Amino acid sequence: MAILVDTDTRLVVSGITGREGTFHSLRNRDYGTQVVAGVTPGKGGQDVEGIPVFDTFHAAVAETGANTAMIFVPPRFAADSILEAENAGVALIIAITEGIPAHDELRVYNHLRRGSSRLIGPNCPGILSPGKANVGIIPAQFFKEGNVGLVSRSGTLTYQIGNELAQGGFGNSSIVGIGGDPVPGSSFIDILERFEADPETELIVMCGEIGGSAEEEAAEYIAAHVSKPVVAYIAGFTAPPGKTMGHAGAIVSGSQGTAAAKAEALESKGVRVGRNPTQVAEIAVEILGSRV
Amino acid sequence: MDLLEYQGKQLFAKHGVPVPDGRHAATVDEAVEAAEQLGYPVVIKAQVQIGGRGKAGGIKLASNREEASQHAQAILGMDIRGFTVHEVWVEKASEIDEEYYAAIVFDRAAKKPMAMLSRVGGMDVEAVAEEDPEAMRMVHVDPLIGFQDFHGRRLAFEAGIAADVIRPVGAMLGKLYGVFVAEDATLVEVNPLLITKSREVVALDAKVTVDDNALYRHPDVAELSDLSAEDPQERMAKERGLTYVKLDGNVGILGNGAGLVMSTLDVVAQAGGRPANFLDAGGGSKAEAITSAVEVILSDEKVTAVLFNIFGGITRCDEVARGLIEAFAQIKPSVPFVVRLDGTNDVEGRALLAEAELPNVHAEATMLGAAEKVVELAG
Repeated sequence: MAILVDTDTRLVVSGITGREGTFHSLRNRDYGTQVVAGVTPGKGGQDVEGIPVFDTFHAAVAETGANTAMIFVPPRFAADSILEAENAGVALIIAITEGIPAHDELRVYNHLRRGSSRLIGPNCPGILSPGKANVGIIPAQFFKEGNVGLVSRSGTLTYQIGNELAQGGFGNSSIVGIGGDPVPGSSFIDILERFEADPETELIVMCGEIGGSAEEEAAEYIAAHVSKPVVAYIAGFTAPPGKTMGHAGAIVSGSQGTAAAKAEALESKGVRVGRNPTQVAEIAVEILGSRV
Repeated sequence: MDLLEYQGKQLFAKHGVPVPDGRHAATVDEAVEAAEQLGYPVVIKAQVQIGGRGKAGGIKLASNREEASQHAQAILGMDIRGFTVHEVWVEKASEIDEEYYAAIVFDRAAKKPMAMLSRVGGMDVEAVAEEDPEAMRMVHVDPLIGFQDFHGRRLAFEAGIAADVIRPVGAMLGKLYGVFVAEDATLVEVNPLLITKSREVVALDAKVTVDDNALYRHPDVAELSDLSAEDPQERMAKERGLTYVKLDGNVGILGNGAGLVMSTLDVVAQAGGRPANFLDAGGGSKAEAITSAVEVILSDEKVTAVLFNIFGGITRCDEVARGLIEAFAQIKPSVPFVVRLDGTNDVEGRALLAEAELPNVHAEATMLGAAEKVVELAG
């Protein structure tokens, strides 16, 4: 088992004919993901190394039965592409694109939550279910199959923590990047709910950062609904207020959204918070080790 | 991107939000000329990106030419909490009857815009919230439907404002929401929202933040970027397309990925050091980007040691190593470097660095080890 992407995933890639889109689509296929289609308006009928390209999502879905979309188009086209995928009935949409205007994200989020499609990202590295499927840009070579579910607002920090877990002998059920933007399509809570329901996942690592209140909301949710152990990490204790730290969503506004407040909220609900990535892996190993 | 008051007011005027008549001035002569054109009394207001201008003496009323000259002279060049005043806004003085507070904000938790109104304005809004939390009324707006008349009416009635301005204040909120959407703003704040003696509703101040990611849709706003007010390193980094934030310590930091860089700052602080900057070299950084980033980090004279913390996903460690080697050839840094390369092509990257035998470059295998080493070297 894994969550969100697995051997049943049939992937259609928007922006597959772009340089990055081609590179990562082929990497995903090399990993074993079923990449069944691409969408680039005006390039329908072409193919990318044997992957058929369509002019519209509607045609791609009708012809190939795609059930998952990856969005790789530049920011000014991304909201439109996500909405097209939703309109064509794609159940899971994973948006890698960084730099989408916040107002576009607001409209997309509020529209999608009225339907049944799920959005992961934008501004995220995608989802990897080791041994099953990789959708996005997560470097799969650092991860193996296992029982730790990982959910994170940051890409490279996830690789760092995943790598330390691997050195401790542990693999992952799924690794989900929810992205660093202010309006993520899916929150920590959405992913925690799925890991809780996934029989393969025995422990959940949650990797947050400054800005917003998603970690505080997750703390409440964990206390009420999650029976599995959760280990957390929060980045940005040294971030000054009012400065955007790389991710559009990583900003302390006045006294709101500080790392200290998030760590405190999680610890007050019994979630152990590692002080650095190494300690997160150590705590995870300690919990899982003691349960063997 | 935070706009100056007068830039916000110019956007307001464009979208039909009433603002007092005013002129921009960068010299005393320009300010006096503006005052003469507008007619006295005028208010001369310092244009800086910081609150508390009034208390600092950056806002003055002038009743004649002499006073206008005097005040402009005092305000231009003045330091307000670390910001030097390079320009003023000269505005026709308003006859104040009441001062309210109005704002449209981006509520991240609700993932919706939120309109706010209080009958108590003209002072620090956090003070209002503390003094009289009931006075501040809020309502979420569905971004797919937009601001409706009822949103404005409801806020106006609930905030308990004077009966004769219920409709005009509601309409004003609708216009501010229009600015918020049309200009891709993440904040539109008016404090105070003025009710004049003749009971007109006027925006006496304007605080507007425009989403950086949407500036491509607003070339006129993008041009307003106030480079002179920025930190020199931050300006240099921006020109080179790097994500850099200046901090006040002495340990220069470069990493890849925003989360990992934030984490690196924290780990350096835990080891007893003080980070000099945040610098995200980004995913897939090529050698030239690394060389360019080293130049930015070292242009901060406080830096006494530099930490490279790379976990390569798309970024290849051999490219990072090549960039560092090139930077040493070009800049010949005099401070020690600690380099931790892990992930994609790490073996090749480490081998390149070992071969190059760069002076005073220390390789470390782990993030924590690297942080301890750089703090020790930074002194």
